[in-house]
Amino acid sequence: MGSNMAEAHPVGFQWVVEARERGAKVIHADPRFTRTSAIADLHVPIRAGSDIAFLGGIVNYILQNGREFREYVQAYTNARTIVSDDFRDTEDLDGIFSGLDREGRAYDRGSWQYKGMEVQPAGGGEFTVEKAEGEQAHGAHGGELSEGEPPYEDPTLEDPRCVFQLLKKHYARYTPEMVERICGVPREASLEVAESLCENSGRERTSAFVYSVGWTQHSVGVQYIRTAAIIQLLLGNIGRPGGGIMALRGHASIQGSTDIPTLFNILPGYLPMPQAEAESSLDAYVDSNASPTGFWGNTRAYLVSFLKAWWGEAARYENEFCFDYLPRIDPDHSHYRTVVDMEDNKLEGYFVMGENPAVGSANAKLQRLALAKLKWLVVRDLVEIETATFWMDAPEIETGELATEEIGTEVFLMPAASHTEKDGSFTNTQRLLQWHHKAVEPEDDCRSELWFMYHLGRRVREKLAGSERERDRPILDLTWEYPTVGPDEEPDAEAVLAEIGGFDAEDEPLHDYLPLRDDGSTACGCWIYAGCYADRVNQTARRVPGREQSWVAPEWAWAWPMNRRILYNRASADPEGRPWSERKRYVWWDAEAGRWTGEDIPDFVADMAPDYVPEEGATAQRGLRGDEPFIMQGDGRAWLFAPSGIVDGPLPAHYEPHESPFENPLYAQQANPVREEYRRPDNPYNPTFPEPGWDVYPYVMTTYRLTEHHTAGGMSRTLPFLAELQPEFFCEVSPELAAERGLEHRGWATIVSSRTAIEARVLVTGRIKPLAIGDRVVHQVGLPYHWGHRGITTGDSANDLFPFALDPNVHIQEVKAATCDIRPGRRPRGPALPEFVARVRREAEER
Amino acid sequence: MSAHLIATPSAATYGEEAKPRKGFFTDTSVCIGCKACEVACKEWNHVPPDPQGFSGSSLDNSGELGANRWRHVAFIEQKVSVGIEEAAPESFVEEAARQNLVEEGLDPHSDEDGFRWLMSSDVCKHCTEAGCLDACPTGALFRTEFGTVVVQPDICNGCGYCVVSCPFGVIDQRKGDGRVWKCTMCYDRLKDDMEPAGAQACPTDSIQYGDLEELRERAARRVERLHERGRGEARLYGDSEDDGVGGFGAFFLLLDEPETYRLPADPVVPTRRSPEVWAAALGAAAALIGGVAASFLGRRP
Repeated sequence: MGSNMAEAHPVGFQWVVEARERGAKVIHADPRFTRTSAIADLHVPIRAGSDIAFLGGIVNYILQNGREFREYVQAYTNARTIVSDDFRDTEDLDGIFSGLDREGRAYDRGSWQYKGMEVQPAGGGEFTVEKAEGEQAHGAHGGELSEGEPPYEDPTLEDPRCVFQLLKKHYARYTPEMVERICGVPREASLEVAESLCENSGRERTSAFVYSVGWTQHSVGVQYIRTAAIIQLLLGNIGRPGGGIMALRGHASIQGSTDIPTLFNILPGYLPMPQAEAESSLDAYVDSNASPTGFWGNTRAYLVSFLKAWWGEAARYENEFCFDYLPRIDPDHSHYRTVVDMEDNKLEGYFVMGENPAVGSANAKLQRLALAKLKWLVVRDLVEIETATFWMDAPEIETGELATEEIGTEVFLMPAASHTEKDGSFTNTQRLLQWHHKAVEPEDDCRSELWFMYHLGRRVREKLAGSERERDRPILDLTWEYPTVGPDEEPDAEAVLAEIGGFDAEDEPLHDYLPLRDDGSTACGCWIYAGCYADRVNQTARRVPGREQSWVAPEWAWAWPMNRRILYNRASADPEGRPWSERKRYVWWDAEAGRWTGEDIPDFVADMAPDYVPEEGATAQRGLRGDEPFIMQGDGRAWLFAPSGIVDGPLPAHYEPHESPFENPLYAQQANPVREEYRRPDNPYNPTFPEPGWDVYPYVMTTYRLTEHHTAGGMSRTLPFLAELQPEFFCEVSPELAAERGLEHRGWATIVSSRTAIEARVLVTGRIKPLAIGDRVVHQVGLPYHWGHRGITTGDSANDLFPFALDPNVHIQEVKAATCDIRPGRRPRGPALPEFVARVRREAEER
Repeated sequence: MSAHLIATPSAATYGEEAKPRKGFFTDTSVCIGCKACEVACKEWNHVPPDPQGFSGSSLDNSGELGANRWRHVAFIEQKVSVGIEEAAPESFVEEAARQNLVEEGLDPHSDEDGFRWLMSSDVCKHCTEAGCLDACPTGALFRTEFGTVVVQPDICNGCGYCVVSCPFGVIDQRKGDGRVWKCTMCYDRLKDDMEPAGAQACPTDSIQYGDLEELRERAARRVERLHERGRGEARLYGDSEDDGVGGFGAFFLLLDEPETYRLPADPVVPTRRSPEVWAAALGAAAALIGGVAASFLGRRP
C-alpha cells in the first residue's frame, strides 16, 4: 500500500515476483491499477488519502474476531499497560485526543502517558508544547521510563484502561461498512484483505507490508505507518523472517541520508540535534534524551564518541567533548519553513545538492519565487536543472510574475559526478550498506559531493586559519584530514567510512557499538554504523554470492546495526527463547552455551537469558528483562499505543486530507488538528468539504512516478532513450470522468487548484476507477510529477498544483491527496494564467 | 532436412566454432513492463533515439519493433469493470463509449469484476527458417555459430527484400540510411560469453537467455506449473518446430491469443510457399510456350 513498487522500484520488485512464484499472495491497495497491480493477486482500488480507515478496518477485524497472535501481543507489546486516567481518546472527544491546544495547533502529551509514570521519547527527544512548531519525532525510537517497568498492568488484557482494550474500543467504529463509505472499497474486498493477512500470520506464517511515499506524503502520514505497525504487532509480524514493514525510499541511499542525516533536527544515528536553550550542556542533553533502560541508556557514549569523531583531540572531558560546538535548533528549519523564510527575505544563501525543488517540491511556484529572493544559490547536479535556471526560464518569467533583470540571485552551478564516477556507499531500505566503486573518471569539472564538501571545508579552514575568534573554533578544530588521491585530489571515501565505523582507544576499528564509551576513549561517526569497517576491511563492499552462504546472506554487504538483517529478532522466539515454530525459526536461546544464537546475529544482549530479571537500579540494556525484545524502548516492548514520540496522537485516527471533497464520517474532527499549515496569499488553499466553494475543486488528485523517469526528472528527461518512452506529461483519468468533463483521449486537459493551473495530455484508462463514497462518486486524477520546462521532454510540473500542508511529525508535504478541477483544453498562457487561476479562486469564494 | 537442423549451425559450416543454438524465452507472466530491456538494448547496440510522441496507447509510446527499436514492450489493457453500477450513472459509461474515449481492447460494459494488464517484451524471433535470411541476395544476413540471424551492416545494400519476407514485420529499413537493422541477440556479447543486454537488464527474469533446447524444456515446465496453479490461459508461442517458421529462436509464454499482443497467430515463412509459386509460374510458362508453339504451328505455310 502507498507504493507502486513495480514501477518505482522495479529491481527490488523482482523479489516480490519471486515470492509470488513461491506461493505468496500479493495484494495491492492503491488508487490506480498500476504495473504493480498487474502482477498482484488482488488489486483493491482505494480513495487517495483514506488508508488509515482501510488499515483501521483491518485492526478492527483482527480484534473483533480474536485473530491477534495472543502470546506475542501479551508478551512483547504494551497491550497490557494501563494508560493514565487523564487520557481521553477520539472516542470520548469526537475525533481529538486529550491535550489539544487548538490555537497553538499542538498537543500537550502529558495525559497520553502510562498510568503512574512519565514516558518520554529517547533518541529523538521532542519539544515541549511551547515549542510545538518544531518537532523531533523522526527517528524517535525509544521511551524513557523514569521508574523502570510500567507500574500498572493487566496481563489478561481485560482492564478497560489497558492499551489492548483502548485499542479495541478506538477501532470498533472502523467497520467494513465504514471502510466502504470512506475508502470506496467494497466490504467484501476489505474483508478479503483482512482475512488474507490473518490467515498468513501467526506461529507458522508471516506477512509483510511494503509502503513508500504514497503513505508518507500526507498531512497525517506518520500515522499511516503507525497503523500498519499496529497490525503487524497484533499479528506477530515484527522481528520475524518474512514479516516487517518495508519503507521503500525515493532515491538510492535516502535511508543513508536519514542515518547520516541531511535533516535539520537529528545528528548521525538518530541522536537529536540539541535544542537551543533546554539542552545547553552535555548533561542536560543526556538528561532529556537518554533513557534509563534500553539501549538508549547509552546515549552519552554514542554522543561523546560522535563528538570525538568530529573534533578529535580538541574534544576533551574538560570541554564536554566540544558539545558546545554543535549547532542548536530553535525550532523549525525544515524544507518548507526554509522556503517561506526565503520568500520573506530571511535567507541569503542556499545549497541545493541532488534535489530539484523548482520541480519536485509542493507549490513549486512559491519555491521558484523564493529562489529569486536569495543573494546566492549553489546548485550541484548532473545537468542544468530547473532550480539552477529559474532566473531565466521559470514559468513565472512568461507570466510576468518574475523578471530576469530584477532577480539578484547569483547562481553557482557546480557539475556533479555520477555514482559511476565516484566511490561510496548506498544504504537501502533494509539498512544494507552497499559499496560502489568508481568505474570511470568524472569528466571535466564534474566532482563528487565528497570532493566538493571536503575542499569547501578545506578552503574555509584556510581562510579562517589563525583566527582567534571563538565562533571559528568548531570549524578549525574539525578532524578534516582525509587522504586524497589523483590529480583532482579526490578524498578517499573509505577513510570517511572508517571514521563513521569508529575506532577504539588503540585506534583499531570497532567491531560493533557495544564498546562505545562516554569517556572519550572511543570515536565513532555514527554509532549504528559501528563495525562497517571492522578489521580494516570495507565490510560494505562484500559481495559473496547467495549460493555460497546461508540464506540470510550475512556476507553480502553490511547491515546496520552489527550486520543484523532483521531488527528486534529476539521476537522470533517465544518468551522462553524457543522459536515460535520450526518453520519460522530464526533466533533462539541456546541454554547449554548460555547464548542467543540462530540464523542471524541476535538483536539482544548475547548472554541475557530469557528468564533474566534486572536488579533494582540496573540501567540501559541490563535494565530490561530477558523476555523483552524491543530493546530500544524503555519498557522493552513494542508500542501499540505510543505515549510519546508522535505529536499528533497516541493512536492513529482517520482524518480527511487537508483538502478533501468529503466529510469525515468517523468524527466531527475533519482533518488532522495539528497538521502544519501556511496560510498566506502565496500558498492559498482550496475550500475543503463542506466549506462553500469546495465543489469548484471537486476531484481528488494524486502524484506518482513512472518507471521511465526519475523523480524531478533531471536524470531522465535529459536522456533520449528514457525521454522517448514517456515523451509528454500526461494525466490519467477514468472514462467516466472524461465523459463528465468532456476530456478527449490524447487531447489536452487543464488541471487547476488555488495555486496554479497546469496542462497535460489526457490518458483515458480503465485503470482508474471512479469510486462510490457514500452516496457520491469520487473521480481521481493521476499526475506523474516528473516534468519541468527543461530537458528533451518538457511539460508542466504536477507539484505546482499542491499546497504547503504538512505532516506535523516530519514536515512532509501532502502531495498524495488534494483537490482540483479538470477542464478540457490547454491552459491560458502568459499573464492570462494567474488571472485564470484567480478567477477560479474567486468563483469558489463567491459560492 | 528437419527444421531443427536448419538452424543448428552445422559442423560443416562452423566446424569447431559451432555452438549450441542460443535463444530467448520471454515469460510474459512475470513481465512488469519496466522497459529496461528497451533501454539496455539501445544503449548497448547504439540504436538511435526514435521519439514518437505521446501515443495514448496505455503506457506504450514506442509503438512497435523497427530499425530503431529492437526490443519493444507491448501493453494491453483488458476487461475493465466499472463495478459501481449503483453509484455511477450509467450515462457516464455510455457517454464514454459513445465518444470513443475507451481504448481499443477495453470493454467498459464487462460484468466481469477484474482488470488485466498484459505486458510483453517483443523481439526478433530468430526463426529456424528465417524469411529474411532466405531473401537476402547479398549475404548481409547470415546464420551465426549460435544459430541466430544477424545483419552485417557493412554488406547490406538496402534492397529491402528481407523486409517483406519477415512474417512478423520485425526487420526494417532505417530512414536516411537505407540499410536494414534488427536484433542481433547481442552477437558481440555472445561471442564474449555474455548474456544479451535485454536479458541481463530484465529485473524479473521475464527475458531468459540460454541454450534453446534447455529453454524449451524450462518453458514447458513453466506452462505446466502455471496450469497447475489454475492459470489455464498460459500458452507457449513459437516453441514448436512444426510451425510455419520451424520454431522461433526467441519464443514466448503468453497469457492470451498471439493476436492480442499483435503477433501473427500462424506465421509462415514466405519461402515455404516457394514451390507452389514456382509450380504456378512454371505452369503458366508452359502454357505460354505451348500457345506460342501452337501459333507457329498454325502458321505453317
